[in-house]
Amino acid sequence: MTHIPIEPDEERLQLSHEPLLRDDTKFASGRIAAFQYVAVAVFLFLLVSFWQLQVQNQAEYSELAERNSIKYYPVLAPRGKILDRDGRVIVDNHSSFSLLLSRENLKFEHLKPIAEGLKLDYQDLLARVERYKSRPAYQPIIIKEELTPEDLAFVEAHRDPGTFPEMELLHAQRRLYPQDGLAAHVIGYVGEISEAELNSAEFARYDQGDIIGKAGIERQYNEHLMGVDGRRQVLVDNRGRERKVLGMKEAIPGQSLQLTIDLDLQVVAELAMENRKGAVVALDPRNGEVLAMVSRPAFDPNKFATRISSKDWKEIVANPDNPLLNRAIQAQLAPGSTFKPIMALAGLETGFADETTRVVCPGGATFYGRYFKCWRKGGHGTVDIHRAVVHSCDVFFYHLGNRMGIDTIAGYAEMVGFGKKTGIDLPQEKEGLVPSSRWKMRTFRQKWYAGETISVAIGQGALTVTPLQLAAAIGGIASGGVWYRPHLVLNKTGAERPRKADLHVENVNQVIYGMWGVVNEGGTGASARLVGFEVCGKTGTAQLASNEFLKSTAKGRELKDNAWFVGFAPKNSPEIVVVALFEGGEHGNLAAPIVRDVIKAYYDKKYRRAPQPPRMASLFHGLRRPEL
Amino acid sequence: MANYRSIRDLDWVLLLVTVALSALGVLQIYSATLGTVWKDAWWKQCIYVALGLVAMWIVTQIDYHGYLGQVPVFYVLSIVSLIVTFFVGRQVFGSRRWIPLAGGFHFQTSEFVKLVIILLVARYLSELKRDQLESRDLLKLAALVGLPMVLVMRQPDLGTSLTYLPVLAGGIFLGGLRWQHMVAILVVVALLLPFAWFALKDYQKARLSTFVDPGRDPRGSGYQVIQSTIAVGQGGIWGRGVTKGSQTQLRFLPVPHTDFIFSSFAEEHGFVGVVVVLGLYFLLLMQIVQNAQAAPDKAGMYICMGVATLLLFHILVNVGMVVGRVPVTGIPLPLMSAGGSNTLSTFMMLGLVNNVRLRRFIS
Repeated sequence: MTHIPIEPDEERLQLSHEPLLRDDTKFASGRIAAFQYVAVAVFLFLLVSFWQLQVQNQAEYSELAERNSIKYYPVLAPRGKILDRDGRVIVDNHSSFSLLLSRENLKFEHLKPIAEGLKLDYQDLLARVERYKSRPAYQPIIIKEELTPEDLAFVEAHRDPGTFPEMELLHAQRRLYPQDGLAAHVIGYVGEISEAELNSAEFARYDQGDIIGKAGIERQYNEHLMGVDGRRQVLVDNRGRERKVLGMKEAIPGQSLQLTIDLDLQVVAELAMENRKGAVVALDPRNGEVLAMVSRPAFDPNKFATRISSKDWKEIVANPDNPLLNRAIQAQLAPGSTFKPIMALAGLETGFADETTRVVCPGGATFYGRYFKCWRKGGHGTVDIHRAVVHSCDVFFYHLGNRMGIDTIAGYAEMVGFGKKTGIDLPQEKEGLVPSSRWKMRTFRQKWYAGETISVAIGQGALTVTPLQLAAAIGGIASGGVWYRPHLVLNKTGAERPRKADLHVENVNQVIYGMWGVVNEGGTGASARLVGFEVCGKTGTAQLASNEFLKSTAKGRELKDNAWFVGFAPKNSPEIVVVALFEGGEHGNLAAPIVRDVIKAYYDKKYRRAPQPPRMASLFHGLRRPEL
Repeated sequence: MANYRSIRDLDWVLLLVTVALSALGVLQIYSATLGTVWKDAWWKQCIYVALGLVAMWIVTQIDYHGYLGQVPVFYVLSIVSLIVTFFVGRQVFGSRRWIPLAGGFHFQTSEFVKLVIILLVARYLSELKRDQLESRDLLKLAALVGLPMVLVMRQPDLGTSLTYLPVLAGGIFLGGLRWQHMVAILVVVALLLPFAWFALKDYQKARLSTFVDPGRDPRGSGYQVIQSTIAVGQGGIWGRGVTKGSQTQLRFLPVPHTDFIFSSFAEEHGFVGVVVVLGLYFLLLMQIVQNAQAAPDKAGMYICMGVATLLLFHILVNVGMVVGRVPVTGIPLPLMSAGGSNTLSTFMMLGLVNNVRLRRFIS
């Protein structure tokens, strides 16, 4: 900075005709110097700022820049398909787009035009955003699923930073379930992992936002069905447009799962149940394979497929019939007269009864000062063990039960699998209850009264079973005391070792003969008869009113009796055992036709050799897009 | 007309620095607009620089005393054209600053009013015969500068109107400010600040509040500042290279060829580039200051110092904004930011400086 001084000589040389313009500027030199200091200060200030940003904190800002422009998008792995035993698809996937609202840059005034553009209800959307207020801001809200092409066009046209940058698209594989709740309880449903699940050991390895199985097979075999999501690393610009794919880790799709369910039988059972409340279970007693499992009322798992709407959820939860309950494994009810074959077996095995045992049934009998009625007012006259089973004579079993005592009964009930879970591959199976003196002491700190045994002898009292337990128990007895663990997934490596009981063949045959008579000798289950096939079975009418454990809580509507029927075929080495329950069904013979229909469907298919054309299945199923 | 000694007397250092900065500006505009709708901006800027050089030469030709004589005319013209702009101006981003010209070009009146303000302050102060300014002088001058300021503020264009203020402030400081006046001005400013807050538009308030806390609205008004500091910071020492800055190229950085050009430059050229460019600007300023010191009279000195003050203010506000140290006002970086009006007016200011220099030996 060379200072150019104004020469004093020149100063003197100034011409007289320009006196005003040649004035002195020296007065300002100090102030100009002050300006220079200010300039130096400004530049130093700016340089220091740059130094701090570029030299001291470069790494931090590089990371921020990277976070700006490098995005990781999940490549969602499709879940495995669920197939029936013949390989027909029960559960499939389809591709869909969902719209997310990023809440970090959400502007409330944008909600109205977005709602209009996507044909959503503005008030609903507003309420939804409000509900998310307490959640961390980085969690986006899904506001619409199954975007139509028009919706997609709207989103693509308006997601630039100037318009509605909060809109983000998510590509997802959505679960496609059968229509009308077919096998809904077996399959279960999927949903986004909840906070509570994330903290549980079962789901500890999953991440926020993962779609996991929440119920049924979807949950039980979640690990098998769920693939491993891949990841795409892309360079994006400020509008979120991809400029370059930097890296790609492919998704590993989930494996498909073949069930033991036979769609043909399942459909027949579902149709036979119509709108009744109850359950149907069909088992192959030779290996424990579940051929059909129905619980009604059912729900539509498609409504859960990604995220259930609050309206649908309320509807399901508020339903007094509890559609989410899988009655086949979770309804714990008195078995009623379907318990009599087990009583008969216990009597024969323990020697308290044999072919020569005769009991006179006058329509009731008195035990310990209380009169117990037989279901048939006029009585059955003199009955032996065969007629007692065929005609379901209560008085015969009162006497037998009274002689055996509660703990012997409990022993046999437990032997056939009551009072504990069957171990089926479904979550949340219930175990039912087998009352015994030990149980009473433990639970109520009271002695067992012999009078209570009388009710238990005809499958009432505190005794409760699930439909699956009953099917497994009768199937095992009919197979001569061999119980396979019921299961829903086709076991390709060979059957598990069954649980066996050392039963006398003649005793087993006596019980089977009785059950054959129920259907074929004009017994209580005559409506289960199938000409040409040896269907055996037993009706049951469980009186809720006599069940002291339900009495206290039961509402008037529920006081109607539950109807049971358990049937199997053929008589020797049975191939199928079916239980039908319908709650409030009044009498067991109303459940018998359902069992008959399922057994008939089984034989129809078996003797036609070729699997049923999928007409029936597609009636329910059909790979239609589920309605939202 | 050739009443100066020789072409060698031109301020060649000033000229070279100017051309160097303009060239760096063009390069950065090219890099920042690559593959965008503004991709032609770099050669347009070349034309503006060429036009600027011509305008600079023309401004140099007429003795600056001639301009000073016409200040009343210029002043009235300025006021009228600012009012005209208000009515016929093309509205961009909600404000009317441009008068449309033939051929798709637009004329930003307020940029050229800067020159008038510089000349006005120079003439007013040089005609005073006192060593120190009286209250009367201060108020008159403040009113003269205040009128166009208010008009530009109403466009609304707070940034440009604020650039008139340092010219006034620098002028009265050089002209001799009594300390009593200084205190009075400070008190008045302090009292007016709360009212000024209410006079601000919502977006201006948002800019100020996000300046204090940029994290407050990271996707809204704080966005520009945050993205700019990220761009600068990731440039590091050596920069990411021309057309390689991700913040610039992926457009996270707003307007990287105009107001935020220095952010884009800092990202791609790093701290080294920043030091070079800031060095060039410093050299330019000192060169202008030197011309002020060598000016043949008070008026010439005021003109040079007016230009220097104005440029210093521009650099402080623009570059300070880029590093998040000064609120966002949206004023360009002279010589580097793309834009015709600002480029031309800057070259014309430098023309005035050369004009003064060339007449320092006139007798």
